[in-house]
Amino acid sequence: MLLVTLFKHIGSYTLLMSKVFSKPDSWRMFFRQFPKEMEKLVVNSLGIVIIISVFIGFIMTVQTKLNTSDPLLPTYATGLVTRDTLLLEFSSTIMCLILAGKVGSNIASEIGTMRITEQIDALEIMGVNSANYLILPKIAAFVLLIPCLVIVSMATGLVGGYFVGIFTDILTTADYMVGIQYAFIPYYIFYSVVKTLFFGFIIASVSSYYGYYAYGGALDVGKASTNAVVNSSVIILLFNIVITNLMLN
Amino acid sequence: MIEVKGVNKSFEGNQVLKNISATFESGKMNLIIGQSGSGKTVLMKSIIGLHTADTGKILYDGRNLLDMRFKEIKELRKEVGMLFQGSALFDSLSVLENVIYPLEMFSSMTRQEMVKRAEFCLVRVNLSAQSFHLSPSEISGGMQKRVAIARAIALNPKYLFCDEPNSGLDPITSLVIDKLIKEITEEYNITTIVNTHDMNSVMEVGDHIIFINKGVMAWEGSRNDIFDVENAALNEFVFASELYQKVKKAENLGK
Repeated sequence: MLLVTLFKHIGSYTLLMSKVFSKPDSWRMFFRQFPKEMEKLVVNSLGIVIIISVFIGFIMTVQTKLNTSDPLLPTYATGLVTRDTLLLEFSSTIMCLILAGKVGSNIASEIGTMRITEQIDALEIMGVNSANYLILPKIAAFVLLIPCLVIVSMATGLVGGYFVGIFTDILTTADYMVGIQYAFIPYYIFYSVVKTLFFGFIIASVSSYYGYYAYGGALDVGKASTNAVVNSSVIILLFNIVITNLMLN
Repeated sequence: MIEVKGVNKSFEGNQVLKNISATFESGKMNLIIGQSGSGKTVLMKSIIGLHTADTGKILYDGRNLLDMRFKEIKELRKEVGMLFQGSALFDSLSVLENVIYPLEMFSSMTRQEMVKRAEFCLVRVNLSAQSFHLSPSEISGGMQKRVAIARAIALNPKYLFCDEPNSGLDPITSLVIDKLIKEITEEYNITTIVNTHDMNSVMEVGDHIIFINKGVMAWEGSRNDIFDVENAALNEFVFASELYQKVKKAENLGK
């Protein structure tokens, strides 16, 4: 039964995506929607990304330093661990899980509300490909700009770690600076950016799917929103394993 | 003109429409009436193509909807306007932008021409310029219906569908909306189909009425002969209100 439901979802999702990735009825409308979606989904997420990254960078540095007090460890180890954790997993995977909550629920509830208030039916009656008109600008804007959010997260996370040296006496800023530059592998940034392109697509498309097929009332839009966040998060975690194996193994 | 021939529709084994046949002429107010759950919304959605009928024919001036390809249906829909029960205006757009929307999608007009056309449609449905730049949430339910009518007629449709246009409106505003739809139907010679269970609408504007009962077309006629029909289900529907029952009682006493 579970398997049947899973295949039903995969089938409906594939059909929806085939409608989404068709030629827009009006490019003029697409290019009008595109910057609006950029602002709504990416620019408006910048604040939360910066706040979380700074604090996680700070606390990660403190925890690493306090839990690795072995005198044999080099003094730059804390900075190195913080940097690699941020670059490899936090700024890409964990930040995308957070964005799945913020952006995913936003997309699912917006499209779901349009569905239950017959706005999507109105578009269909007019002869508009509603899936393409509503979803394509969201996917395009989010996938195109999510790498910027990840790079901002990496940078501000490292700044958060630097604050440990300024505001506490457990680590010097000089040791931290050496650590974050030591044995730096630029490929890690490329790996993170590639991962987030996939994750961005998963967040935008899966959330749109749940919103587009919402039915009923406010309660059902809430359910669609929850399903969107939960399922995009699970899919992100699964894809993380696959992409990490492919790119780092 | 829209012709419906032998349309059947089932949902998971439950037959909702049973062999419905009717003709809806242009320039007339064609009303589909019936109790809640009788199948009138399913019939309307099947005619529009939001549901696909299992069997039968739905002919738009001779063109069968059920034989059309996706592209042909899209083209046909440019000739269709629809007024939804809850108006279905786009929240993110102003009143004026809502009416401009279909023009922007499907016409080759310049921006100025679009604004001019949208303003003309809004004035036609008796809305003042003060409301043009408000958002749908800032105007009353009656005004929202008018904006929805303006949007529906923006592209000069040949066919107009109205799903319970009076729902949520007071009797006076309902009458205004009914008369407006009738005026527009006659003015532009549109084939209009209205889905309603409001007897006031039936008596005010019903040129051609079909009564659906349990998925079957139980009666067809005009408002002039709806009271004199020997049909138990229709009589029950028509005389459901206490006022009508009192009137009928008084008439019977007078005989």
